[in-house]
Amino acid sequence: MDARITLRVDGRDRSLTVDTRTTLLDALRDHLSVTSPKKGCDHGQCGACTVLLDGRRVVSCLTFAVAHDGADVTTAEGLAEGGEPHPVQRAFLEQDGFQCGFCTPGQICSAVGMLEEVKAGHPSHVTDDLTGPVTLDDEEIRERLSGNLCRCGAYVNIVAALREEADS
Amino acid sequence: MTVQDRVVGTPSPRVDGRAKVTGIAAYAYDRPVDDPVYAHPLQATIARGRVAAIDDVAAAGVKGVLAVVTHRDAARLADTEDAELSVLQSDEVAFRGQFIGVVLAETPEIARHAAGLVRVEYDEEPHDTELRADRTDLYAPEQVNGGFATDTDEGDVDAAMAAAAVTVDEIYTTPMEHNNPMEPHSTVAIWNPGGGFPEAPRLTLFDSTQSVHSVRSTLARVFGLRPEQVRVVSPYVGGGFGSKGMAHAHNVLAVLAARAVAGRPVKLALTRHQMFSLAGHRTPTIQRVRLGADEAGRMTAVAHEAVEHTSKIKEFAEQTAVGTRMMYAAPNRRTSHRVAALDVPVPSWMRAPGEAPGFFGLEVAMDELAAACGLDPIELRARNDPRSDPESGRPWSGRHLVRCLREGAARFGWEDRPVVPGTRRRGRELVGMGVASSTYPYYRFPGSRAVVAYGGRGRYTVRIGAADIGTGAWTVLTQIAADALGCPLGAVSVEIGDSGLPSATVAGGSSGTTSWGSTIVAACRSFRRVYGDDPPPGAEAGDDMPENPDAERYSMHSFGAQFAEVRVDADTGEIRVPRMLGVFSVGRVINPRTARSQFIGGMTMGLSMALLERSVLDHRTGHVINHDFAEYLIATNADVMDVDAVWLDEEDVHAGPLGARGIGEIGIVGAAAAIANAVHNATGIRVRDLPITPDLLLR
Ligand code: FES
Ligand code: FES
Repeated sequence: MDARITLRVDGRDRSLTVDTRTTLLDALRDHLSVTSPKKGCDHGQCGACTVLLDGRRVVSCLTFAVAHDGADVTTAEGLAEGGEPHPVQRAFLEQDGFQCGFCTPGQICSAVGMLEEVKAGHPSHVTDDLTGPVTLDDEEIRERLSGNLCRCGAYVNIVAALREEADS
Repeated sequence: MTVQDRVVGTPSPRVDGRAKVTGIAAYAYDRPVDDPVYAHPLQATIARGRVAAIDDVAAAGVKGVLAVVTHRDAARLADTEDAELSVLQSDEVAFRGQFIGVVLAETPEIARHAAGLVRVEYDEEPHDTELRADRTDLYAPEQVNGGFATDTDEGDVDAAMAAAAVTVDEIYTTPMEHNNPMEPHSTVAIWNPGGGFPEAPRLTLFDSTQSVHSVRSTLARVFGLRPEQVRVVSPYVGGGFGSKGMAHAHNVLAVLAARAVAGRPVKLALTRHQMFSLAGHRTPTIQRVRLGADEAGRMTAVAHEAVEHTSKIKEFAEQTAVGTRMMYAAPNRRTSHRVAALDVPVPSWMRAPGEAPGFFGLEVAMDELAAACGLDPIELRARNDPRSDPESGRPWSGRHLVRCLREGAARFGWEDRPVVPGTRRRGRELVGMGVASSTYPYYRFPGSRAVVAYGGRGRYTVRIGAADIGTGAWTVLTQIAADALGCPLGAVSVEIGDSGLPSATVAGGSSGTTSWGSTIVAACRSFRRVYGDDPPPGAEAGDDMPENPDAERYSMHSFGAQFAEVRVDADTGEIRVPRMLGVFSVGRVINPRTARSQFIGGMTMGLSMALLERSVLDHRTGHVINHDFAEYLIATNADVMDVDAVWLDEEDVHAGPLGARGIGEIGIVGAAAAIANAVHNATGIRVRDLPITPDLLLR
C-alpha cells in the first residue's frame, strides 16, 4: 500500500509517495537521495541512521515514514547551514572524532540532540541527582552517546569534541 | 635520501573531513543512479547439502518483482576456481548463509517481501562446524596467510623445556570474531548490455572496498572480461578492517543480478545479519604456548602451536604463531599451525590477522612466566630482547621494544602496580595493571603506480587507485605529495578510489602509506626530473613503487608496549578499563592526528576483543546465532574511558624514502593481553580464554 506524505527535510518541503513499509531512513535515502543518514544495521542497534525528528534524536530505521507526514527532519547535512559546519561538526573536525566517517553523521545528530536533552535537564542512567540541572561530564557524554556505535574506535575523540562543546 | 619535511609530520586535518562530518561524502550505496533495481539475497538455511527444489512462483508473481535468480538460471561464470566466488553455479550448499539466489525488484520493500515468499527444499547432509584441538582431521596447510612457512623448529624445544628451571605450558583460546565495519558491504553494479568497450566499460561497480584494482581483476577473471572492461569506483569506504580487502561473494551476486536486468543499476547492500556469513571472519584459535627459562628469567624455549579452522570450500590459514618466531631470544623455538576444514563460512583477514590472536596467547604466557620467575613483566621482556632477528639472523632496522616498555612504564605510573595480585581494593573494586608487547611487520606490496599532472596556476593532481578506509590515507598521501613536489598542501589534490586511476595495492597489512607513499614520492621526483620546477600546464609524469633493497637486508617490524588498568567489581565481576596507554615505535609518523586515531582505534578494538567480542556458532545448525549488534557486542562509548597513544620520535632509515613503517594494525596487537594481565593483577584470576566476561571472575 502506498501513501502520499510530505516531509520537511533540512529546511525543504519534500512530497513523496511511500510504501507504508518504508522506513523513514529508506524514505530519506532511497526516495529523496538524502544519504547523510547511514544504514549500519536497520535494527535500531547502531545509531548510524540518527536524525533529528521534530528536534528530537531518533534512529530513523526504526520508524515508518508514513507515520511522520508533516514532520520536520534535520540530518547532518542540514545542520551545516549554508554549507558552514555546525559547531559540533567543527568540534569533530578539530578533535578528529571520526575515521571512516560512516557513523559520523549519526554521531553528530545524536550529539546535537543530546546537548538539547541536557539543556532541558533530562537525566541519564549515570545522573546522580535526577531533579537538578545536569553537568555534562565525560561519563555523561559517554553514556548518552552509547547508542551510536563506532567500529573505528573514535570514542575518545568524540568525547573530547563534546567536552569542548560542553565547556563553551 | 628522505623527502624534505614541510607538511609531513604535521597534524594536517583530514582532506575528507568536511564531507564526512556534514554527511555529503557518498559511500558506495549512496551513489545516485538512474532507475535502480534493488536486490535481496536468498541464503541457505542448512549448513551442508543440496538445494532440492525452489518454489519462486509466489515471489515472482508479486507486483514489482523483476526476477528471481538462482543456480538454475544464473549466468555461467568464466572462472570458478575460487569456490567462495563461484556463486549460484550449482545446487551445492557448503555453509549456512551461503547465497542460493537473489530477488530483484523495483523497491527494497518488495524485494525483501518477495524473498520471504521463496520456498526452498533441501537434501540435507550432516555438517561439522566444531573446532577442537583433539580432532583427528587437523592438517598442516602448505603455508599460512602472508606466505609464511606453516611450521618452524629450531633447536630442541622438548629437551629445553625438560631442563628449564621455570616453565609455562598453557592453552589459550580466542573465539570466532567478525570485522563488522559500520558500513555493510555494498555494491551497485551496472552491466552494460551493449558491450560498450572501448567506448564504455562493460561492467561498472560502485563498491565499498579496500582495493578497487583487486576487485576489478577478480571480477574480470570471474566474468571472463578484460580488466579494462571493468571499472570499480570506491572513494569513501565505511571501514573494512580486512573484510573489504578482496572481492567477496556479494560482488559476484550483484554482477549476476545486473546481468539479469542488463542496463539497470542493481543496488545490493548486505544486511548486518548477512555479513556474519558472507564477509569473512577471524578464525577461532586454540593456542598451546610453552615457555622455558632459567632462574634469572632468561628464556631457553618458546613454542607456539596454533589450531584454527577454515572453510571446506576455500582455505584461509591464519598465521597465528608467526609473530612468535622473531619476538624473544630463546635458542629453542617451535611454531606450528594446524587447521580443521569445516562447514563454516569462509574466514579471511581481520585487523592484524595472526598477531591479534597470537599475541593474546604469547603475551599472557609471558605474564605467567614473569610471575613464575618472580620478575617484573617488563624486566622479563627486557632480558629476552634479541639483538638480531632470531628467525632470520638479520639485523633489526630498528627494534625499540624495550624503550617503548620503559617509556610507557614511566608515563603510566607502572611502579604503582600491586606486586601481589588481588591485593588492591578500592571500595567494591579490585584494581590492577597489566602490560603486553606489541609488534607488526613492515609490509610493502609491489604493484602501485602514481601519476602527477600539472593543471596550471600552481595546481597539481596526483592519481593513484588507493583507498582511505578511515586511515587518513587521503590526507597523508596529500602531505607526502606536497613535500615531494615542494609545494603547499593546498596546491595538491590526490585522487583515489577508482580503478580508472593508476594501479594501487590493497589498503591492508598496514602497507598503504609505505607502498603508495613511496610510489608518489617516486612519481613526483620523475615529474620534477622531466619538467623541473616550472612545468607547462598539462605536464604529466608517473612512476612505479621503487625497490627497497634494505627490505631484504634488515628485519623490519614495528613494536609497541600496551598498558592497561582495570577495575573489577568484586561482587558482580564487572570489568572496567579506566586507562589504556600504547607506546609505539613505527618509524616516522606522517600525520600525528590521524596516526593517533589509528592507534587508539586499534586499541579500542583490542579492548572490545578482550571483553566483548565472540561469534557463537551453534553447532547443531552451523549458524552464527548472535549475528547482530544486540548480541555480537562491540565496544560502545560507555565502555571506553581513557585510551591514549604516543610514539617514539624516530625515522626508520631503512623503510624507504618516508622512513615510515605501518600503523593501522599494531594498535590491536597485545591490547587484549594487557587487559587480561591487568585482570590477573587485580583479581589473581588468570583468564586464558577470550572474551573475559564477568562470570569468569566470580568466586
Ligand atoms: S541503521 Fe538505524 S540504528 Fe543502525
Ligand atoms: S568513524 Fe568509522 S565507524 Fe565511526
